[in-house]
Amino acid sequence: MLAFTVVGSFWLEIALKVGVLRRIKRLALSILPVALVFLSWDAYAISHRHWQFDEHQMLGVVGPFHIPLEEYLFFIIVPIAAIMTLEGVRQVKKHWPVGDEL
Amino acid sequence: MSYSNIAVTSMLFAVFFDLFIVRTQLLTKSIFWTSYAIIFPMQLITNWWLTSRYIVMYNPNTIIGRRLAGAPIEDILFGFSLILATMSMWVYIGKRLNRK
Repeated sequence: MLAFTVVGSFWLEIALKVGVLRRIKRLALSILPVALVFLSWDAYAISHRHWQFDEHQMLGVVGPFHIPLEEYLFFIIVPIAAIMTLEGVRQVKKHWPVGDEL
Repeated sequence: MSYSNIAVTSMLFAVFFDLFIVRTQLLTKSIFWTSYAIIFPMQLITNWWLTSRYIVMYNPNTIIGRRLAGAPIEDILFGFSLILATMSMWVYIGKRLNRK
């Protein structure tokens, strides 16, 4: 699923030159606070058994708060894909305002 | 709190965050809705993958029970808030860095 997301969005980095991965500082400052909030939710949901994962279909690496490695990666990769999509649309629709223009 | 409660809360918070806290106002912009229209079907595909193969399983006591592409309807709200919050932060941080 994570590979699908990477393949589905990261080509925009090359094809449309969205330059998301190049702006690493902006990317980290945007993604990390959001990931922190959503991982807290994940930790709560896992501990209250809102959802559970099939351990036979997991890498088997479990991080802090019983959150599997895949979940940590999810909250990094999916946001990057979302930002690449936004920047991809901007490249195609250059006249559409985004809000961060100089 | 149930998954339903947290999902609704998170969506309301993401909307409030975009409109009034960082004031990126992405919800009023075509760029956001076009991007979301691209991402949404992708979310359905991955949701279907993760639920149909029982990679992720949801506790029936914590969801209302309505499902879309295999996953609880709550997952749509979860995805929406994750995407909106992320994009709002990206635009907000970008604006601040551009000003320097």
